Amino acid sequence: MAELLQFVSSGLTVGAIYALVALGFTLIYKASDIINFAQGEFVMLGGMTTVFATLAGVPLPLAALIAVVVTTAIGFALHRFAIEPARGASPVALIMITIGASIFLRGVAQIIFDRRFHSLPPLLGADPIRFGGAAILPQSLVVLAGATVIVTLLWLFIDRTLLGKAVIATAANRLAARLTGIDTRRVVDFSFAVSAAIGAVAGILITPIALTSYDAGTLLALKGFAAAMLGGIGSAAGAVIGGLLIGLIEAFAAGYLSSNYKDAVAFLIILVVLISIPQGLFGRAKVERV
Amino acid sequence: MAALLRFAATAAVGFIALLSVGDRALAQIKIGSVLSVTGPASFLGDPEKRTLEIYVDEINAKGGVNGQKLQLIVYDDAGSADNARTFATRLVEEDKVVAMVGGSTTGTTLAMMQIFEDANIPFISLAGAIQIIEPVHRWVFKTPHTDKMACEKIFADLKSRALTTIALISGTDAFGKSMRDQCFAVAPKTGIKIAIEENYGPRDSDMTPQLTNIRNKAEVQAVVNPGFGQGPAIVTRNYRQLGFAVPLYQSHGVASKQFIELAGAAAEGVRLPAAALLIADKLPSSDPQKPVVENYSRAYQAKTGQAVSTFGGHAYDGLMILVEAMQRAKSADSTKIRDEIERTKGYVGTGGIVNMSATDHLGLDLSAFHVLEIEGGDWMLVPGT
Amino acid sequence: MRALLQTRLMPAIAVAVLVTILPLSFSSAYYYRIGVLVFIFALAVVGLNLLMGFAGQVSLGHAGFLGIGAYSVAIGPVHLGAPSWLCLFGGAVLSGAIAFLVGRPILRLKGHYLAVATLGLGLLLATVLTNEARWTGGPDGMSVPGLKLFGWSVRGATAWYWIAGATFVCGFVLAFNLMESPTGRALQAIHDSEIAALVLGIDVARKKLAIFVISAVYASVAGSFLALFNGYITPDAAGFLRSIELVAMVVLGGMGSIVGSLVGAIVLVVLPQVLTIFHDYEQALLGLVVMVFMIFLRRGIVPSIAAAFAGRR
Repeated sequence: MAELLQFVSSGLTVGAIYALVALGFTLIYKASDIINFAQGEFVMLGGMTTVFATLAGVPLPLAALIAVVVTTAIGFALHRFAIEPARGASPVALIMITIGASIFLRGVAQIIFDRRFHSLPPLLGADPIRFGGAAILPQSLVVLAGATVIVTLLWLFIDRTLLGKAVIATAANRLAARLTGIDTRRVVDFSFAVSAAIGAVAGILITPIALTSYDAGTLLALKGFAAAMLGGIGSAAGAVIGGLLIGLIEAFAAGYLSSNYKDAVAFLIILVVLISIPQGLFGRAKVERV
Repeated sequence: MAALLRFAATAAVGFIALLSVGDRALAQIKIGSVLSVTGPASFLGDPEKRTLEIYVDEINAKGGVNGQKLQLIVYDDAGSADNARTFATRLVEEDKVVAMVGGSTTGTTLAMMQIFEDANIPFISLAGAIQIIEPVHRWVFKTPHTDKMACEKIFADLKSRALTTIALISGTDAFGKSMRDQCFAVAPKTGIKIAIEENYGPRDSDMTPQLTNIRNKAEVQAVVNPGFGQGPAIVTRNYRQLGFAVPLYQSHGVASKQFIELAGAAAEGVRLPAAALLIADKLPSSDPQKPVVENYSRAYQAKTGQAVSTFGGHAYDGLMILVEAMQRAKSADSTKIRDEIERTKGYVGTGGIVNMSATDHLGLDLSAFHVLEIEGGDWMLVPGT
Repeated sequence: MRALLQTRLMPAIAVAVLVTILPLSFSSAYYYRIGVLVFIFALAVVGLNLLMGFAGQVSLGHAGFLGIGAYSVAIGPVHLGAPSWLCLFGGAVLSGAIAFLVGRPILRLKGHYLAVATLGLGLLLATVLTNEARWTGGPDGMSVPGLKLFGWSVRGATAWYWIAGATFVCGFVLAFNLMESPTGRALQAIHDSEIAALVLGIDVARKKLAIFVISAVYASVAGSFLALFNGYITPDAAGFLRSIELVAMVVLGGMGSIVGSLVGAIVLVVLPQVLTIFHDYEQALLGLVVMVFMIFLRRGIVPSIAAAFAGRR
C-alpha cells in the first residue's frame, strides 16, 4: 500500500509538471490553431531568468516577477515579429517558425545564462509531507495548486470576459471576427503573451523540483504537447488531466513494470487512446463541412 | 531550372568561400577539438571547451610551444556521433591539425577514432569508457579514469565498510549505462552482490518509484548511482525525501561542487570516487598533485566564475600531455608527437599521475581516485583512500 | 520527344548532372563526405515529402524508420552473420512492415493528433534501440561492418559519394514518376480534400497507407547508407531531434517539391558547417535563419523561387 501511495505521489508530481506545460499550448491553439513548439522555452526562460536574477542579488519574488514580465514580452515578440508576418502560410510553415524560435531562444539562453543546471528554493520548505508510508514534497502540491488556479482563471477568462469571447471568435473564423470589429491581431498577440506568462509561471514553480538548464525546454515541450493532445487540444481541463495521466502512467510503469521503458509505455498508451478516441479525451470532435 | 542551378552553384561557391575564412594565420601549430558543448552531454563538453581555450591562451601568452603559437580549432558536435565524425573529417582534411584533444563522450569518440587512425594523427580522448583504450589503438589515448576504475574504487570502499549487497540505480544515458555495465562485470570478482537495479532517464524529475522498489528489497545495504548531470542531484534529494537510511554512493560523473548546491542538505554523508581536483584545498602539502590542482582551480574559477569540474580537468590533462609531448619531440610532426605521448612518464595532472606505455594508453591506476564524503556542505577526504 | 524530356525528366537530368559535376569543386574528402550526407538525408526527405507534401500527412517520428534501416545493417552482420546488402533490404522490408502495421490505425487521425501519434511511434522506436543493449550496443551505439559489393569493400567518402548520389537520383526519379502517375494524382486529391477524393471513388485509406509505407522504405534505405558510411551508429539517429530535422528539411525546401527535398537537405547539412565560424552563436543563428526562411520563403525555397520567376514573366 505504501508503495502504491508513493507511486501516486510521484505520478502526481511529474504529472503536475506536464500539466502546467500543457496548459501553455492551450490558449495559443485556441486563438490561432498553431502549436507553439517554443512553449518549452517559455518554461525554461521563466526558471532560468529567475535563477540568474536571484544570483545577481534580486530578492526572489521580484526576480520571479521580472522573469514573468520578460517572458511575456518575448511571447508577444514571437507573435508580432515572427508569426504575424507569416500569416497566411500553411500550418506546417507556422509550426516550423515556432521550432526555429525555440532553437533561437535556446541558443540565446546559453549565451546569456550558462550551460549548467540550476535550482530554486522551494516555496513551502524542503521537508517532505509523510502520509501512509509515502512522502511527497510540498512543492508538488504547489505545482498542482498552480495548475488548478491557472485552469480556473483560463476558464473564467474564456467564459466570462469579452476578450475571452473574442479569442473564441478569432479561432472560429478570423474574417468574421474582424468583420464584427475584433482586432484579431491584438487578440492573438494577447494569447501568445498570456501563454508565455503561463509558461514562465510553470517554470518558476517546477524548477525547485525538476531543476532547470538552457535546454530544459525541449523534453518538457514534447511531454506537454503529448499531454495536451491526449486531453484534447483546446481544452484546458483536458491538458491538466492529460498531464496528470501521463505522469501517473510513467510512475506506475517505472514502479511495477520496467523503469527502462516507462516513457515508451506512456506513449504507447497515448497511441492507443488516440486511436480509439481520435479527438483526445476532452476534445471536441471536429465536424468537417463540405 | 537554369535559375535553380545557378542558385545552387552560387550557394556552393559561397559555402566554400566561407569555409576558407577561418583559415587565417600561418606557422601556427593547429590542434583540433571536437566537443559536445551543447546537447545532452554539455555537462562534459562545456567545461572542457572553456578549459582548452583558457590554457591555449595562457600557453600562447608565454610564447607558445617550440617557439610557435598554438591554434585551437573547436567544433561542437552537440552530442551526435554523426556530427562528430563530420567534424573529425573536417579537422583532418580541411584544417589539417597535427593532433586532437576531444571526444567528450564514448559514442562520439568511437565514431571518430577510425578517422584519426587512418590519418595517423594522435587523438587524446576525454571520454570514460574502457573500450577506448582496451584494445590499444596506436593513435588513441585518453585522460579520464575508466568507469571500471570508478566501480572498483566504490566496491573497495564498500567492502571496507562490510557492505556487500547493493542496489544500482543508473541513468539511461551513455555515461550511466557504461558504468553500470562495468559495475556488473566487476562485482563478482570483488565479492559484491547487486541485488536489484533500476534506471531513470537523464532529464527525469522524480525517481521515487525506482527508489521505493529498491527500499522494499530488505537485503540492500547500500545504493550506487552511476550517472551524470542533474539526475544524481535529484536521486539524492529523493533519497532523503523517502527517508532512506542506507549509504548512498555517487559516481565520478557528479564532478563538481555544484552537485552539493543542487542536492542541498540531502547530500550529507554521500560518498563518491573523485580525483584530487575536487579536494585541492584539503590535500596534504606533500601531495605532488596539490600545486597543479590548486592552480587549475584558481584559474578556472577566475576566468569563468564557475566552480571547477573534473571534466574540465580531463581536458587540461589532455592538453598538457600533448604540449609536453610536443616539447619533448621538439617538433610538430604527428608521428613524433604520438611517440612522445606514449612515453609520458610521471606527468602530474588533475586526474592523477600519468605513466603511459605502448600497452597502456591511459596511464592511471586506482590510486588516482580518492573516496570523498560530503560533510557540512563540502568535500571531505575519507582517510586511507 | 523533346517536349516529353522538357516536362518530365528534366529535373531528374538536372540533378544527375549536378551530382556528376559537383565533385570538380571538391578539394578534399571532407566535401565528399558532406555530399554523401546531403544525398543520404535528401533520400529520406524525398520519402517524407511524399508523405507530408503530397499526401498532406505529418510525421514527427520519421527518424525511427531511419534508425531501423541503420541498425539493420549493424545488427544483421554483427549478430546474425548476414551480408550487409541483404540486411539493407531486410531493414527496408522491416520498416515497410512496421509502417504497414501501424499505419492503418494511425492514419485515421488528423492534423496535430497524427503528429503526436507519429511522435510517439518515433520515440518508441528510439527507446527500444537505446534499451536493448545486447543487440544494439545501447546508448553508446555499435560499430557497423563495411559494405561489400561483389567482393569489393566500399570505403572512403569518394566511393560513397557516387553510390549515394546514384541512389538518390534513382529515388528522385521514382518519386517523380510516382507523383505523375494516377496514384500521385490521387494523393494530391486527398491532400486538397479528403472528402472530395472519397466522393471521386479514391480508396483514401489505402493510398495513405501505401505512401506511408513508401516513405518508411525511403527513410530506411537512407538510414542503412548512413550507418554503412559512418561505420558506426548511435540511437540518436532515430531520435526526436533527427525527426524534427527531417521535417525542417521538407518544409524549408518546399513541401510538395521533390527538388525542394534536395535543397532542404543541402541547407540543413551545409548550414551548421558554415555557422561554426560563429562559435557560441551557432545555435541562435541557426534558429534565426530557420525563422527568416519560413517568414520570407514561406512555401519553401523552391516553390517560392519558382513562383517569383513565374511572376516575373
